[in-house]
Parts: sequence; C-alpha cells; structure tokens
Amino acid sequence: MIESLPSTKQQPKGPEANNEVTAKVKSFELKKNDKYYAWLFLGPSILLLTVFVFFPMLRTLYLSLFLTDTFGNPTVFIGLKNYTTLLKSASYIASLKATGTYVISVSVFTIIFGLLLAALANQKLRGISFFRNIFTATMGVSVSVSAVFWLFMFNPSLGILNKVVVAFGFHPINWLTTPGWAMTAVIATTVWMHLGFTFLLFFGALQAVPKSLYDAASVSGATSRYQFWHITLPMISPTMFFVAVITLISGFKSFGLIDLMTGGGPTNATNLLVYRVYKDAFMNGNYAQASTEAIILTIIIAIITFVQFKLLAKRVNY
Amino acid sequence: MGIELKGITKTYDHSEKPVLSEVNAEVQDGELFVIVGPSGCGKSTLLRMVAGIIPISDGILKINGQVMNNVPPKDRNLSMVFQSYALYPFLSVADNVAFGLKARKMAAAEITQRVDDALKMVNLTKYRDRKPRELSGGQRQRVALARAIASDSKICLMDEPLSNLDAQLRVRMRSEIRELQRKLGLTLIYVTHDQTEAMTMADHVMVLHDQHVQQIDSPLGIYNHPANHFVAQFFGTPQINLLTATTSGNGTATQLIIDEYLQVSLDNPIAAGTYTVGIRPNQLGMKQVAANSGNATVINVEALGDQTIIEAVMDNDVEVRIVKDGQVHVELDQRVAVTALGPAFVFDDHEALIAEQGGVENDRIVAVN
Amino acid sequence: MENSMMKQVAKKKILGNTVKYLLLAILAFIVIFPFALGIWTSFLPSMDIAKGTLWGGGQLTLHNYVTAFTQTKILRYLLNSLVIATLVTAAHLFFCSLGAYAFVFLDFKYRDFLFYVVLGTMMLPFEAEVIPNFATVKMLGLLNHYSVMVIPFLTSAFGIFMLRQTFKQIPRDLKEASDVDGLSHWQFYWKVVMPYSKISLCTLAAYSFLGAWNQYLWPMLTTFSDHLRPVQDGLRQLQSEETFNDWGMVQASAAIVVVPTLIVLYIGQHYFKSGLNEGSVK
Repeated sequence: MIESLPSTKQQPKGPEANNEVTAKVKSFELKKNDKYYAWLFLGPSILLLTVFVFFPMLRTLYLSLFLTDTFGNPTVFIGLKNYTTLLKSASYIASLKATGTYVISVSVFTIIFGLLLAALANQKLRGISFFRNIFTATMGVSVSVSAVFWLFMFNPSLGILNKVVVAFGFHPINWLTTPGWAMTAVIATTVWMHLGFTFLLFFGALQAVPKSLYDAASVSGATSRYQFWHITLPMISPTMFFVAVITLISGFKSFGLIDLMTGGGPTNATNLLVYRVYKDAFMNGNYAQASTEAIILTIIIAIITFVQFKLLAKRVNY
Repeated sequence: MGIELKGITKTYDHSEKPVLSEVNAEVQDGELFVIVGPSGCGKSTLLRMVAGIIPISDGILKINGQVMNNVPPKDRNLSMVFQSYALYPFLSVADNVAFGLKARKMAAAEITQRVDDALKMVNLTKYRDRKPRELSGGQRQRVALARAIASDSKICLMDEPLSNLDAQLRVRMRSEIRELQRKLGLTLIYVTHDQTEAMTMADHVMVLHDQHVQQIDSPLGIYNHPANHFVAQFFGTPQINLLTATTSGNGTATQLIIDEYLQVSLDNPIAAGTYTVGIRPNQLGMKQVAANSGNATVINVEALGDQTIIEAVMDNDVEVRIVKDGQVHVELDQRVAVTALGPAFVFDDHEALIAEQGGVENDRIVAVN
Repeated sequence: MENSMMKQVAKKKILGNTVKYLLLAILAFIVIFPFALGIWTSFLPSMDIAKGTLWGGGQLTLHNYVTAFTQTKILRYLLNSLVIATLVTAAHLFFCSLGAYAFVFLDFKYRDFLFYVVLGTMMLPFEAEVIPNFATVKMLGLLNHYSVMVIPFLTSAFGIFMLRQTFKQIPRDLKEASDVDGLSHWQFYWKVVMPYSKISLCTLAAYSFLGAWNQYLWPMLTTFSDHLRPVQDGLRQLQSEETFNDWGMVQASAAIVVVPTLIVLYIGQHYFKSGLNEGSVK
C-alpha cells in the first residue's frame, strides 16, 4: 500500500504529482454558489430594510435641515436651525421632561412590581400556579384594550377610582384632565400593561438560579433576606438590566396609550416625544419640526439600544 | 485503485502557514486506514478534504484513479460518520438512515430495503421509529453507522466516531466497526486521537503531527520502528522513556552510556556523539539496592494487579517509567538500579530514528487503556 | 423541649405563609382587577352602568355582546387584524430565516458588514420614521389598502438577529453531512435548518403575531375605511364614538378583542420564555 515514507518531516513531493494535471491544481471552489444564494436569501430583507428603514431615516434627517411646505416637501435649507429652535422651545423642553418622567417611572415601577410578583410566585406554596397564571394574564392585553379598561376606571363620574375617593370622603378627581394626575394615570396603566411580560421574565430568571447556591448559603447560615440580596439579585441582574432597557425603549416609543387616554393633554402634560412627532407632522403639518423631533428621538433610542448591545455582547456571542 | 493523496496541502486565506503540508499516502481498497494524531494536527481537515467538504489548497486527490479535487462531495460516492453523529433530531431513526438516500433520489422501495437491512445489521430494528434523543449514546452511534451502511458507497470516512462513548462501549464498538468494515468490504478512513484505536483497528496507520505526516506503517511497524520522538511517545502506555546518552570512547561505538548502570549496546556501531535513547517501560530492568547505591529513587508505585508501574527519578533528574509484570513490592524512596534489558531506539538531534536495538519484535504491545 | 421547638418553627412557618398568601392575594387582586372589572361591566345592562350601579343591580346580560357584534364592525376588525397578523407572521418566518441562513451558512463578501447594518436597524425606531414612510406608501398608491399594513413589515431585523443566534447552534456536522449527501443550500435550509429550529420559529411567530396584532400608529395613519381597520384602531374608533353612551358595549368589544390574544399567549407562553432566555438575556 504505502509509499514507505522517509522517516520524518521532509517528504519529497511525488515526482509525478504534476503529470496528470498540467497546471497546479488550485483550490476548487466549493463555495462559489454562496454568492448567488446570499443575494437570493438576503436580498428581500435588505431591500425592505432599505426602503422602510434606511431611506426614511436619511430622509427624516434631510427634512430636519429644511423648512417644509404643508405637503412635507423641503423648501429652504436652514442647517441646524430646526434643532436650535426646538431645543430652546419651552414646550419641547417640557415634553422632554415629561417623557423622562414617564419612561423612568415606568421602568422603575415595572421592575419593582415585576420582581415582587416573581419573587412571591417563586415560593413553594399550595396553589401557587393559580397565582402565576393570574400574574401573566395581562400579557395578552393590548394597548387599546388596556386603555378601555383603565379609561373606565378613571372615568370621573362612573369610574371605580372616584367611588373609592369619595367613599374616603375626598372630592372626586378629574384623573385625565388634571396635569399631575394625567401623568400618574398613564404611568399606572403602562406599568400594569407591562407587568405580565416582566413577571414572566423575572420568574424565568429566578427559576434559573441554581438551587445549589441557596443550599450552600443555607448551610453556611445565611438568612433568606441575605440570600435574596447576595444571591438572587446578582444572579438575575442581567434580566433586570434587560427589562430596564426594553421598558425604557418601549416607553420612548409609547404612542397608543397617550393617544387613547389623554391625547397629549391636559395642556401638553403628557405630550411625549413620539406623540409630538405625530401631532406636528400629521395634525399641524409642520414636517420639518416633526422630522427634527424624530431625529432627536432616534438618537436617544439608538444610544440606549447601543448600550444594551454593548453590555449584552459580553454575555452573548454574536 | 483506492485513494491516493499526493502533496495535499491546506492553507487558509487569512494565514500564510499551512494547516497541513505535503501529505502523501495511498489507501488501498478494502483496508482500514487510521489517521491518528493529537488535537489540532489537521487530521479532521484532511478527512474533510477527502470528503470534499473543505477545498484542497494544493496537491492531488485521486479516488479509484480519478482526480477528485474539483468533484463535489456527493459525486465522490462516499459516506461519512461524524464525531457528533450528525443525526437529525427531528427525524426518526429510520428517516435518519433514509435521509441521504432520499436526497440522492433513490426509489422508495429500494430505500426501504436498504434502511431495513442497515438497521438489522446494527441491531436497531426495534428502534426504527424512535427519535435520536430517545436513544442512548451507543445506539445513536449505531444509527450513524447504519447511515453509512445504507449508502451504497464503498468508501467510508469516520471522524472520531467513538470519542463520545464511555470506555467499555468504545472497546466493543471498535471490534464491531472492524467487523462491519470487513463484512462490507469497505475502504475505511478512520480519524482518531486515540492511539489504542489506531493500534487495535488499523491495517495501516498515518501519524499526523505539526501539519506533517510523521509516519505511515502497520500498527506493529509503528510500534516497533517509530520514525521519531513524537511517534515513539505517541504509541504505547505508559509512555516510552527518552534518555540522553553518549557514545563510549572517541570513535564510532556500539555502546551508548546513560549512566553507570544504564547502558545500551548496539549491534552496529554509530558515530560518536550525544543521542536520545528511547526505551519502552517494560524494557527497563530495576533492582532494589542499598540506600547509597543505584541510580534512581522510586517516587510513585501504581499496582494494577497484573502489572506494576513504577516511577522513579534518576540521579540526573530525569523521570523514568518502569513496567513490571505481576505484583512488585517497592517502597517509596527506595533506591534502585535501573538498567536496560535490551531493545532500544536511538534518535539523532533531529529527533529521527537512526538505529535500533533488536528484540522489540518479541515485545508485547503495551497499549491497552 | 425539642417538641416545643419544632412547634415554634411550624408556627413561624404558618405565620410566614399566611403573610405570603395575603400579599399574593392583594397583588393578584391589583393585577386582575382592571381586567375583571372590564369583563364584568361587559355583562351589565347599559342602564346600570350609566347609573353607576356596578353590582347588586339587575341581572347579567349578553346584550352588550349582541350590540357589539351587530351594531359595530368589531368582527370585521378582528378579521382584518387576523389577516394582517397572519401575513406578517408568515413573511417574518420566511424572510428572517432566509436572511439568518445567509449570515450563518453562506460565505460571501461583506457578510459581517451587512450583519452589523441589519443589527443597526434595530436601533432605529419605526415610530420616528413614519413621515417619509407615509410619503412612500402614498406615492406607491398603497394608502387605505391591506398591503400598506403588511408590506413595510415583511421582514424584521430582530427576527433575523434571533434566528441567526439559533442557527449558529446547529452543529456544523449537520451541514457537512448534508454536503456529503449532496443537499443544495435551499434543500438544507428547508429540510434541516427549518425543522431543527422549530422552537425558535414558534417563538418568532408568537412575537411577530403579537407585534402585528398590536399595531396602532401606522394603521391609524394609513387606513381610513372601517372595513380595513384592524382591531386596535377599531377599538379606538368605538371608544371615541361611544364613550359617553355605551360603556357596556365598548367593554364587550374589548373583551372580544382580548380573547384571541389570550389564546395565542396561552399556546405561545412557553416559546416566549424560551425565546427571551435564548435570544436576549443569558
């Protein structure tokens, strides 16, 4: 069988190696089809993303540097003037602040309540699965359904909340038409809407903490409170971070609830960034300003997402 | 006929250094050819180049006399068994076996026939409707074999097929694969990192290391005439002892001296100089001596029942392994005189074998895990 | 002595459990109350609701549901959303998996660059791009048409990203085995990759369906006719028209809308969890 090879690393090339194939046989191209398949497979997605994501982004950026007519066509180039005007406008600053209040409150309360629900549901108790099912129930509730449910509760004359308020001997509150209360109402509704989803995330994270960690801690005499702060929290911190980011992002994009519950009112108290874009563009016909607002919104969301990617990259390999 | 490799070289775009360089070999029809080497030596790459999964950078691959370099894998008419078995988890056992046949558009009746036969041959008929996850590791391995059996190709490539099995099963599957290969008359190229598999299964073994072929020979040929340090160390458990020795006197000599007690005499003289001498553990003698004499101190004793492995540190700080048949009673720290019983290999300063002292042929293979 | 200590421990445990149950009950009440109240109201006669008599009034009635089904287009809205969400889901499964396949199993120039581009689009909120997109669909003559609610959403960067993660888990050996058997990329995609990734595909399907089902802003901008309106915007329509006279009917409509999502969720719950744990956290 074998060409008895000279003992070690130096092997002479077979003398007839070049006889059969005149030229050197270059690596054959097994992968030559890949290029066409890549076009075929990736083409549709890239095309769609270009038309409906990249182009609009650039177009929005472009529009934000112009004045526009009522049809949204650019007329006069004014550079960054739209931005400076906007950032000096008291009403825009108020919107920024309102949005900040909204997203941070939503994020914080969602995490606190979601974690509380998950921690309780993670106990070994009889009938606990009943509670788990209840806690996930709000996941199925869409924005408009939530709005309907809560609008009825906030209704000044019929709503259950005012009945409670009156029962305690206070004056009924105009929940959605008083600036401070309107924001509170919107935040409460949003948190409620996010609860099911957040609960599920935290619950999954808690279940994934290895039981042996708790066993080891119990053996060394750690109280359950100590275990919570020193085992549970660190172990679920990636999930907490994840929840924080997605609630922040979805908060910045929050449109439906505002539109249904307050319409940005009263007196712009809940006129969040996205809602402003919509109003300025499609109600007021000020496309240039709306584009400018859209770009600022994009920058904020892009930064948060980018931070998320960066931090996730440490955990996930992509 | 068979498979011919001529100057096969693999270089990846991003690096200058080849991962395999100038591999020459000839695998004959119906033989079991083992490619063995430590991880990262390029053995799997070589197998994949034969299969056609990875392009060959340079050199010529011939199967049955035909140049195959540019032929896509499916037209090379071979089957392959993977380390992970590459079973489709969503298909039943029977469907897994039939998968490749369907891909080749074989007639339905023929597929059924082949699948039935193949499953019967590996004793999996009962399990034909199970999913891979419902099988044990050994059974999964058999499904992978059945897949190779069902294909009508006479060439089969196996990439570490037993490395995911436990030790006992591995021993059993070794002989089963060997049996199958003979029964079906397969030309089997078998890649492994396990020298025991190479020794026990192969008709011929190719030892790969450092991107290069180190030696190609029959298992005993390799054991008895290791081409270099690496091969000598790779085969045989416990590992061969490599010791530095100098020739006696100034001219050519037949005597190689390691120390006062440990010396090797050769049949033919070699040039004066310093060499490395390889002596298998069972070819070292050991005598217990008084505290102030001898040339080594015992540091560890492993009693295996039918044999005893003694580790000792020589006075020049080199550790040696000695194997004695039966049960030998030695205390730790015991002074011993280590001597050569006879057979030995002599390597030059390029680590290549230049001389050997006979008697090794009569040696038994100490290669059972 | 020992006995009394055990008793004490047991007592403490009972006390602890009582507190836990109490907390669970309170939280469950808070979570479920807005939901339950809505459903409950949907069964009350309109008169009772208008008077503010939420309990102890007359008896329960299906009248609100009858009104919702007969007087409003709620069924049409549901059908619209079902059609749109199904189309979008199917398109996501197809285009995202093809894209992800290319990123994992194909070798081509600019692969990594293109992947980062796709990843980058995840940072751009659709809500901020509605102005040019509105102009685009208007130019294409898609306004007030089913396709306007489907075409811009045929693919998803998130879907590509998620499936890419999944496909990367597929053992390389399977690809090599299929090479030996002579499968083309298309065959390997269809016969191996897709069945292998069933769970992730279900996860993506659940996300895509809910995402499309919950679309609000875009349909509101691009559709004007009742017969095209999806449920979310349909509810808005009902709610704004009927607020002051027929809460019972609005609540009944909301209940009708919620049922399909609850079903999808009940089926998809497991996939949601696994998808989240696979794709994002970990």
